[in-house]
Amino acid sequence: MAIVTTSKKACSVNPLKMSQPIGGSFAFMGLRGAMPLLHGPQGCASFGLTLFVRHFNEAVPMQTTAMSEVATVLGGHENLEQAILNIYNRAEPEIIGINSTGVTETNGDDVEAFIRLIRQKHPQLEKLPLVYVSTPDFKDAFQDGWGKTVARMIEVLVAPFDPARPRDASRVNVLPGCHLTPGDLDELRTIFEDFGLKPSFLPDLAGSLDGHIPDEFTPTTIGGIGVDEIATMGQVAWTIAIGAQMRRAAETMQVRTGAPFRLFERLCGLIPNDDFMAFLSQITGRSVPSKYRRQRGQLADAMLDAHFHIGGRKLAIGAEPDLLFDLSNSLHEMGAQVTAAVTTTNSPVLQRVRTENVLIGDLEDLEELARSRDCDLLMSHSHGRQAASRLNIPFFRVGFPMFDRVGAAHLTTVGYRGTRDLIFDIANLIITDRELNHGPTPDTWRSTNSDLQVVSPGLH
Amino acid sequence: MTSLPTTIQDVFNEPGCARNASKSRVERKNGCTKQLKPGGAAGGCAFDGAKVALQPFTDVAHLVHGPIACEGNSWDNRGSVSSGSDLWRRSFTTDMSETDIVFGGEKRLYRAVKEITEKYDPQAIFVYQTCVPAMIGDDIDMVCKAASAKFGKPVIPINSPGFVGSKNLGNKLAGEALLEHVIGTGEPDYTTPYDVNIIGEYNLSGELWQVKPLLDELGIRILSCISGDGKYREVAYSHRAKAAMMVCSRAMINVARKMRQRYGIPFFEGSFYGIEDTSDSLRQIARMLIESGAPAELMERTQALIAREETKAWAAIERFKPRFAGKRVVLITGGVKSWSMVAALQEAGLEIVGTSVKKSTKKDKERIKELMGQEAYMIEDMSPREIYKMLKDAKADIMLSGGKSQFVALKAAMPWLDINQERCHAYMGYVGILKLMEEIEKALYSPIWDQLRQGAPWDEFDRKPQGRTVAQMNAQAANPVRDPSRNGVRAISFSNQAEASERESAIAAHGPKLAEPNTPCTSSSGRCIACRDIPSDLQPPALQAAE
Ligand code: SF4
Repeated sequence: MAIVTTSKKACSVNPLKMSQPIGGSFAFMGLRGAMPLLHGPQGCASFGLTLFVRHFNEAVPMQTTAMSEVATVLGGHENLEQAILNIYNRAEPEIIGINSTGVTETNGDDVEAFIRLIRQKHPQLEKLPLVYVSTPDFKDAFQDGWGKTVARMIEVLVAPFDPARPRDASRVNVLPGCHLTPGDLDELRTIFEDFGLKPSFLPDLAGSLDGHIPDEFTPTTIGGIGVDEIATMGQVAWTIAIGAQMRRAAETMQVRTGAPFRLFERLCGLIPNDDFMAFLSQITGRSVPSKYRRQRGQLADAMLDAHFHIGGRKLAIGAEPDLLFDLSNSLHEMGAQVTAAVTTTNSPVLQRVRTENVLIGDLEDLEELARSRDCDLLMSHSHGRQAASRLNIPFFRVGFPMFDRVGAAHLTTVGYRGTRDLIFDIANLIITDRELNHGPTPDTWRSTNSDLQVVSPGLH
Repeated sequence: MTSLPTTIQDVFNEPGCARNASKSRVERKNGCTKQLKPGGAAGGCAFDGAKVALQPFTDVAHLVHGPIACEGNSWDNRGSVSSGSDLWRRSFTTDMSETDIVFGGEKRLYRAVKEITEKYDPQAIFVYQTCVPAMIGDDIDMVCKAASAKFGKPVIPINSPGFVGSKNLGNKLAGEALLEHVIGTGEPDYTTPYDVNIIGEYNLSGELWQVKPLLDELGIRILSCISGDGKYREVAYSHRAKAAMMVCSRAMINVARKMRQRYGIPFFEGSFYGIEDTSDSLRQIARMLIESGAPAELMERTQALIAREETKAWAAIERFKPRFAGKRVVLITGGVKSWSMVAALQEAGLEIVGTSVKKSTKKDKERIKELMGQEAYMIEDMSPREIYKMLKDAKADIMLSGGKSQFVALKAAMPWLDINQERCHAYMGYVGILKLMEEIEKALYSPIWDQLRQGAPWDEFDRKPQGRTVAQMNAQAANPVRDPSRNGVRAISFSNQAEASERESAIAAHGPKLAEPNTPCTSSSGRCIACRDIPSDLQPPALQAAE
């Protein structure tokens, strides 16, 4: 049981957090033919765009209503109208996803009303889905923006359950949290398909941001789930949500369509995957394919091999709540101690992170905690690199953004296989660090016994 | 203290800007940035520009007043380098919450300054104003003044809320803040007749250090660099320089001009990109210093140094000539850079088939014509689709540009090199130009291009009528809902696997080379990816933000 506290600082130093609206835009990127539109001044979208491009090394669609100072005073109706028309005419999107920003929220723009007026005035837009989500920058964080946006997509785009049609027992909805990479989604898709299920991922970043070379330019997203497929999501047998951030979306789906849901808070680690496999086996009536029995064996072996290295490590982890929860518990289960944990926003899972306390704070907090508690491995997104190098401890990049390494989209941590790879990667990082920085010298053991450090047993 | 609207008008009225001077009064009032079209393309905001211009001051704490959006989404995204303090790399923001929006963020800002002072004790704190606090009326000038008095440390307001305009305007607003609050507020320990300022240089990838040794050798001291590897104290006493050089980007022209007006520091616009430009700039610096009272022998020493370095550099370029013969380059960049590298590239045997002139002045354009002939292909404002077409039509073998347009080239399986801010190599001076050549050579001759342009062995089968039918049937069977003709990724058919594998073994039997391309329309772009027609109405807006 962790105690959750919030940093009292007036000044956030080296933020871990990113803003809610771009989390929302990110969700729209998993839809086919989508154009995410930030309702705000141009800079907000430009920063978001740069962030995604640096992470994925891909062209990323993202637009702005380009609110100027004057437009802000007058209200954003006209800018929104122009933006929608311009995108409609030039990019032929299948859907436009709109997120508000701090500026338009401070201004109090009633975007839903604007959209109604715009539709009235321009009948050609009748069939174009416009999904709006309120996501002020000054509240919540990246993963909240994602969760809210997916819930809103369901409200607007999923057709109500049609009792005249039978549920399709082979179909499942999958609502992945934003901490899952395209690589994770691919892994999950394979697992579902191996159980004979047809999964509909909402959103489906694996189709859009997995780094393939498209044959032609499209101004909108490529790949991803289509609006047509989303509409039919009510006819499925089950909804499977991954990460606590998706609870709201899963509940929305249940209310709207009556499809039952099961929430998996984490999918990294042996036990969570055993549960997952058992569940899939149960809903399909199939036994677990031999492929996964084998993978389970491999994971078990990996845990045996790696626990010598990971066991006893004191970890400092900075990540959004669901990722923090998943990683810290998996590594705790490998014998590591999560000694410093910092996150961005509140979540019900935080209390169940296996550590003494979780701080809602920034990377400066993480760095200080890691220093004072003598952590020997730091995990966070790329911004943590400075802290790790000052602390002179190995650094494992995980989460978003990962702008200083290639291949971020394919890092896989779900399933038996993903867990196995993660465990190996971390163990190898630790081994390398030991070889490079902790080789014995004639003076290593010269110090007297009084210098021996005692680790508080409570931390384990 | 001048208000923000006055400052903006003043900046728009920049007589030092050649482009601006050629405008009518009304045009000028509208400013140098065209109003952005909603749903058009997203360039950076004024805050972005201000931060970019000032962040390379290394011993300053840069505090961003606003919700998490402005700083949390953007920090640590530029490759400036410091020879000393690393304070500038840390990110400070007030991360305003809902409560701050309701009750005002001034108190939080004040406390933030206090915390930074206590924890990091920086030389100075720069406070950046962003949109939301500007909307709710937070008076950062007042807070900065109070904090400055209380903590005995310069706390400088940078009035740059994003919505007042573009990144470029933000650069200038940053300059105004320096002029108003910093420049002229300190004195150096001593001065020499060889003191220069370098303005508008950001030491990206440590580029300044490619040139500094030359200046050191000549005994010329960089009194202040605004802002690459800069220190607060140096800017404060920069008014004691004898001459100034405005590097490349015109971003801080207002600083150079007002320093001439106020302190009589003459300046020139120069560039350290390319051999001849580097020599020119060195000569200009020497000339200006001499005019301001340095001994005349400086010029002789400068000429000798130039002669020595040029000989070395031209000789080093020789080796690229055979490799570059017949290779064509398209340059998509801005302002001075659109011509300043041209001479060296040409000298190495590269043919420049086009250069962008989006942010160039009339004078820049004349230079281009001079270098590339009247026929020079000047690209005014090209959409990515047009650039793509240009590459596809074999108008070029490599594209040099900024990062945002990289995918236009890369996805067309065309060599590309980053020559703008996010690049990881330094290209300045005599050393830098060689590095650039090396990088171009590496890109042009990378073995990946041939492989990528080959396409998959089954592509050809799929294109035949029979293959297309099979593929279509397969696609429909696999995915009855999606319409593959729209926006989707083209479904690659693994149909007819027997055929495909038969083909593969046949290929293997006849040596490793795959089938000849049937209609290789260019030597540079392959048939499978690049030759496909792009619908003319597609304009990837995401890519339009290309520099
Ligand atoms: S436009 Fe305004 S709110 Fe958006 S990033 Fe720029 S300063 Fe911040």
